[in-house]
Amino acid sequence: MKLLKSILLGGALLMSATFTANAADPIKVGFVYVGPTNDGGWTQAHDKGRLALEAALGDKVETVYVENVAEGPDSERVMTQMALSGADLIFTTSFGYMDPTLNVAAKFPNVKFEHATGYKTSDNMSNYSARFYEGRAIQGHIAGSMTKSNIIGYIASVPIPEVVRGINSAYIHAKKVNPNVEFKIIWLFTWMDPAKESDAAKTLIEQGADVILQHTDSTAPLAAMQAAGNVIGFGQASDMTEYGPSPRVSSIIDDWAPYYIERTKAVMDGTWKSQAVWHGISTGMVGIGEITDAVPEKVRAEAIALQESIVSGAYHAFTGPLNKQDGSAWLASGETADDGTLAGMKFYVEGIKGKVPN
Amino acid sequence: MDFSSLSPVALLASLMVAATPIMLAAIGELVVEKSGVLNLGVEGMMIVGAVCGFITAVETGSAWFGLLGAVLGGILISSIFAFLTQILLANQVASGLALTLFGLGVSAMIGNGYTGIKPPGFNTVHIPLLSDLPFIGPAILSHDPIVYIGILLVILVWYFLNKTKNGLVLRAVGENHDAAHALGYKVIWIRFSAILFGGMCAGLGGAYLSLVRVPQWTEGMTAGAGWIALAIVVFASWKPYRLILGAYLFGGVTIMQLNLQALGVEIGIAYLSMAPYLVTIIVLVMISSNHLRSSANAPGSLGRIFHASQ
Repeated sequence: MKLLKSILLGGALLMSATFTANAADPIKVGFVYVGPTNDGGWTQAHDKGRLALEAALGDKVETVYVENVAEGPDSERVMTQMALSGADLIFTTSFGYMDPTLNVAAKFPNVKFEHATGYKTSDNMSNYSARFYEGRAIQGHIAGSMTKSNIIGYIASVPIPEVVRGINSAYIHAKKVNPNVEFKIIWLFTWMDPAKESDAAKTLIEQGADVILQHTDSTAPLAAMQAAGNVIGFGQASDMTEYGPSPRVSSIIDDWAPYYIERTKAVMDGTWKSQAVWHGISTGMVGIGEITDAVPEKVRAEAIALQESIVSGAYHAFTGPLNKQDGSAWLASGETADDGTLAGMKFYVEGIKGKVPN
Repeated sequence: MDFSSLSPVALLASLMVAATPIMLAAIGELVVEKSGVLNLGVEGMMIVGAVCGFITAVETGSAWFGLLGAVLGGILISSIFAFLTQILLANQVASGLALTLFGLGVSAMIGNGYTGIKPPGFNTVHIPLLSDLPFIGPAILSHDPIVYIGILLVILVWYFLNKTKNGLVLRAVGENHDAAHALGYKVIWIRFSAILFGGMCAGLGGAYLSLVRVPQWTEGMTAGAGWIALAIVVFASWKPYRLILGAYLFGGVTIMQLNLQALGVEIGIAYLSMAPYLVTIIVLVMISSNHLRSSANAPGSLGRIFHASQ
């Protein structure tokens, strides 16, 4: 009798387990954010992706998120909590979550993890990133064409390959249209600190920059540019159109929604596999915000042509001949950079002054 | 290295702006500590001031009303601390830290929906003739009014603490609350009002960030300014005129750090970023090495709980 009971119970449990995954319970998707969801930039773009996921899958999906999670060990606690509370898929959306995600993924083999902008994977951990440097090429072109002082300011955040790639790509394309161009780069060692970002923008303006590119998440630099007048900049991660038509003349928009929907569906129908993807403008993961009237028609047409050549694959943003900063050869004429080198990029190209901080 | 693009006028001007929020918060904390109370909640009071000032300014369309909102917000949140530590005799360090955490959270909550908005601004002060002077005019005499309010406040605090009876009573309470109590001074209420004054100043400092320096509202936008203000009070060894020096030094290091980077000076940026804190530690060591001086400067009853029965 007892045996029968336990067999029945076991069968029931087994059935309920198989069915919950398919029908009854919604799939639970967690998001770990580095900033607040209303930062106007990076995290807001991810949260837009989360909301689009909810809209697309309706009651088949349940999402949870934790904002303002510090990069590093403390993020492990947040991820563990999410996995323990039943999340089936967890997106960790900042570079500094890479190793914590790897650790937590090893502890929860049945939960799928997706880490943004890193380079490590495991059986149940993918990484996904966007080729923001393609967008930086277009910004560099506009910046080089529009600067009158030939000084372009760059507010850099944290010295990781993604940021260095952006600086190089922007510099190469600015230099191409304007050989006299000079980059002034300020590293802030933070993704978001509006007061510091604003001070950095003001400093660059005082030192003669009339175009400023930013890789930090808030709109504070654009506010400083607006106050100064005669300085242009670009939206970062989110469109930041509230500062258009000038100082914000265009933007790089991160569109994570299609990817989030695709990967959630993959978990639902059991086809999810660990992968490393790196999408660019062609798939829409990197969007170029509308180029405003503050940009002359000719420059705008060139920028759009550049964008189209990148989308069609005819042009790669890192095409030789290119030398490294120390003058050593990197890419021969016509050669394009391989993804491995780009993923680990820790050097400036020839012509940029200063050093990449360690 | 080409230093020609470094303009002394612009440097001095941005230094004054960078120093103002920490100076405002620090002068409030100085009075609080002079009365014998250690309030570690400066960061929390600043951010509440920042969000209250921002919301009031946006809703009323006036930056001056925004300042009023920030003052009220700062007073309100500091009254929680005052109530806990003076009436309920809670531990000051723990209450102060809790106040910071509470302030960060509550400001994020009430500020939700105010991101991406541009607040009304202040007109810059223009003094006829003086503001047109070469160098001094653009560097020192052409700022928004708050920069001057900050300096004026420091002078007033100096005058109050050194030249008025009430100021001396406040210092007496901070030096030895039992003696002050024995003389018939109302220790609790003097400290209570000092804490509210501290909240007001921190609120002003926060509003300066959200209304003038940045100007916009973002969660956590004070980013440690309150802790720097606390460090400045120690740096100034509780003397108002040194506090101006300290605020300008801290503001100056931040601005110099950015300027040197933009110039491409190849010095470890990590060292530059930690420079203000390094300076604090050095000054702390310097102050404490002269034993007599430090014991003469730190208020005797700082951080101690007062109860009339003891």
